[in-house]
Amino acid sequence: MEKAALLETITALIPNAKVIEEGVDRPAIELPPAHLPEAAKLLHDTDDFAFDMLCAHTAIDRIDDGKFELIYQLYSTKFHHYLMLSVKVDREHPVVPSVSSVWRIAQWHEREVYDLFGVLYDNHPDLRRLFLEDDWQGHPLRKDYRDDFMLTME
Amino acid sequence: MSVKVKTLDDLTLPPPGADSPLSTQEYFINMGPQHPATHGVLRLLLRLDGENVREVIPVLGYIHRGIEKIGENSSYRQTIHLVDRLDYLSALMNNWVVSMVVERAAGIETNDRIEYIRTIMAELQRLQSHTLWWGVIGMDLGAFTPFLYGFRDREYATDIFEETIGARLTMNYIQPGGLMNDIHPNFVKRTKEFLEYLKPKIDEYDELVSGNAIIQKRLVNIGILSAEDAISFGTTGPVLRASGVPYDLRKIEPYGVYGKVEFDVAVGQAGDSWDRYIVRVMEMRESVKIIEQLIDNIPEGDYMTVKVAKAIKPPEGRYYGHLETARGVIGCFIVSDGKDKPYRFHLRTPNFNNLWCLTKIAKGWKIADLVAIASSLDIVIPDIDR
Amino acid sequence: MGIEQTAPAPGDSNSNFLLTTLDDVVSWARKNSLWPLTFGTSCCAIEMMMATGASRHDISRFGAEVVRATPRQADLLIVAGTIVKRMAPVLRRLYEQMAEPRYVIATGSCTISGGPFIYHSYTTLRGISDVVPVDVFVPGCPPRPEALFYGILTLQKLIQEEETIGKPGYRRKPVTAALPPNMSIDEIKEEMAKLLEQQAIVKDPLKGDSTEFMRGR
Ligand code: SF4
Repeated sequence: MEKAALLETITALIPNAKVIEEGVDRPAIELPPAHLPEAAKLLHDTDDFAFDMLCAHTAIDRIDDGKFELIYQLYSTKFHHYLMLSVKVDREHPVVPSVSSVWRIAQWHEREVYDLFGVLYDNHPDLRRLFLEDDWQGHPLRKDYRDDFMLTME
Repeated sequence: MSVKVKTLDDLTLPPPGADSPLSTQEYFINMGPQHPATHGVLRLLLRLDGENVREVIPVLGYIHRGIEKIGENSSYRQTIHLVDRLDYLSALMNNWVVSMVVERAAGIETNDRIEYIRTIMAELQRLQSHTLWWGVIGMDLGAFTPFLYGFRDREYATDIFEETIGARLTMNYIQPGGLMNDIHPNFVKRTKEFLEYLKPKIDEYDELVSGNAIIQKRLVNIGILSAEDAISFGTTGPVLRASGVPYDLRKIEPYGVYGKVEFDVAVGQAGDSWDRYIVRVMEMRESVKIIEQLIDNIPEGDYMTVKVAKAIKPPEGRYYGHLETARGVIGCFIVSDGKDKPYRFHLRTPNFNNLWCLTKIAKGWKIADLVAIASSLDIVIPDIDR
Repeated sequence: MGIEQTAPAPGDSNSNFLLTTLDDVVSWARKNSLWPLTFGTSCCAIEMMMATGASRHDISRFGAEVVRATPRQADLLIVAGTIVKRMAPVLRRLYEQMAEPRYVIATGSCTISGGPFIYHSYTTLRGISDVVPVDVFVPGCPPRPEALFYGILTLQKLIQEEETIGKPGYRRKPVTAALPPNMSIDEIKEEMAKLLEQQAIVKDPLKGDSTEFMRGR
C-alpha cells in the first residue's frame, strides 16, 4: 500500500493514532500507551495491513522531556510495507502493556528494553533481565546512568 | 499497576509449595557458556527428561559489551568499527548498514563504483561466512573433514580481503560516503580466480556432505520451524527462507546494485534443519553468480564522494535502515539530535531473533539434535549480545 | 628439540648415552606438548580456530594441536576475545580447573586493555590480568594466526627457561609477544620456517631485540 493510503486507513481504524510527519523516514504513527494492545492486535490481524513481523523494538531515553519513547518497527511479509509505531511513556513510572501475545519475539525485545532502560511491561509472561545479572543495579542505557566501573571521556 | 520482575532462580528452583524437589524426574543442566557446540559463549539452560529436551532457556549476556552505549558516545564514523565486532563473519555488511543509514540521514551521495564494490565485497563475505558455517556444522555433526575443507576455502577469500582492506576479519572498510580505500589492482583477477576455484568446490561439498546418509539422518525432519512461527519469531535470512518465506531484502528492496543482477532466492519447504542447510549451500551458488555478473563491470570513479568531512551531522530525526547479511536482516536505528554523535544507536541484529526460535523447535528432541539444530541456525553470539 | 642436537652420531659406541638434567627433559617435554583449551568468546576466536584447528596454519608443528574442550585435560588456556564482567568468574573457574602447570596466552587487544570497548562500556573488563595470571599477551585486533604462533613460541621459550618442577606455579611477569613492525607477512612466514628448522626458541622481546633476531643474520 502507498504510504499516504496506508496511514489514512490506519488512522481511520485506530482513531487514537496520530501520524508523525517530521523527522521519520517511513510511515509512522504515535499511540497513547493505553491503546497499544488493541492497536497492535488490529495491525496484526487486519487483512489490509497484515503486519505480521515485528522487526525491532527499542526505546529512546528522552530525558529532557521526561519520557521514554518506545519504537516498534513493523513489517508485513505479505504486502512488504513498513510502519513505525511510537509510544511515549512517563520516565518516572514507565509501565506499558506488553505486546508479546501478538508478536512472539516481542517477549525478548521487551526483556532487553527492561534490562537496559527499566521500562516495565504489564502482562509480560517472563519479565527478567536479559543481558545483565539479576542483581545489577540500574539500567545502563538511560542517559543519566553512572557507575564506578564505566570510564567516560569527560 | 504493579509489574512483577522475575529472576533466573524463579524458573529453575521448585516453587515453594512443591512437595519435594526430588519428586520429579526432570532436571536442569547447563550447556555453556564455555561449550564447543554453542559457537561462543551462549549458555543454554536445559530442562531435561532423561535425554529429551523439555525446555531450552537461553541465558545471554556473557559477551554483552555495551556497544549501543559506546555508539552513543562515538562519532558516526567511529561507530563503523564497533559494528565490525558484532557479527564478525558479516563485518562488511554491518559496516554497510550503518553507512547506508548515515548516508540517507545526512544526504551523502555515493557513485556507481562505490556501490559495485560494496556489493561484490558483501557477496564475497557471504561466501566466506557460509564456507565457515559449512565447516562448522560438519564438525558439530561429528565430521571433522568439512571443517578443514571449509576453512581452506575461506582462507582464499580472506586473502583477497587482506590485499584490498588490510584486515582479515574486522574490516572497517565501508564508511559513510564511500570506502576506506580503493580496490587493489589484483582484486578483480584474484576474485575471478577464487570463483573459478570455488565453483567445483561447492559441488564437492555436496558430494562430501550433502549426500551423506548420516548427515541426512541428523538433519532431515529435525527441528521443524513452520512459516508462521518463523515470522512470529521475527527470524530472517536463511532461517526464514528455509521455512518457505521468500523474504530477501536483496530482492524485495534492492540496495547497492542488486537491482541490476540476476539471481534466485533460495527457498526451502519444510523448515527443518536440512532445509536450512541446503538453502545456505544454494546461496553460495547464487553469490558466485552475482559476483560473476558484476566483477567485470566495475565502473570508473572515485572511491569516496565526500572529502573526509570531520564530523557528519545529520539533521534531527529517526532513521532506520536495513539490509541482508549472511545470517539475516540487520537493521540500524539512529536517532539524531543534530549533533555529531548519535543520540541513540540501536542495532536490530539477525541472530537475536533467530536464536529464540530455538526455544520452540528444540523442544522434544534429544540433546544431540539440539546441537544439530543450533548449528543449522548458524548463530554468532556477540551479535546477539551486542 | 634441544636434546637431539646433543645426541651423538649413531654407531659411536663410546657415547651412546645422553647427559642432561631432569629439569631440562621435563621442560622440553612440557613445552612441546601443550594442550590448549578452546576458549573463544568473540572475534579473536575465529582467528584462533584458524590457527589451531584449520588447514592452512598447522599448529601441530609446535606440538600444540591437541585442542581440548574441557579444562581438566588442558594445560594451555588461550583466551581469545572480549571478557565481560559476567564472564570473568567463568574464566577464573576454568583456569582453576586446569591441571598444574598451566599457562595462559591472552590474544587480542580486548584481553590486554579492553580494546575498542574501553570507554563507555559498563561491562567490558579492561584487561584480564586481574582475573587470571597471563604468561604471554599477543596484541592485535584480532592477531593473525602467525602472531598467535609467535606467542606460542614465546611461551615455549619461557617454559624452557623458567618453569621447573622444583617451582610449580612460579610465574614471571607477562610477556608481550608482538611481531616486530614493518615486517611483511612473507618475511614472517620465512622466519617461522627457519625457526622450526632451528630450535623453536625465540628471544624474549623484553630482554632482547626481537627485530634484530627476526631479520638479522
Ligand atoms: S581484540 Fe578485537 S578482534 Fe579480538 S575480541 Fe577484541 S574486538 Fe574482537
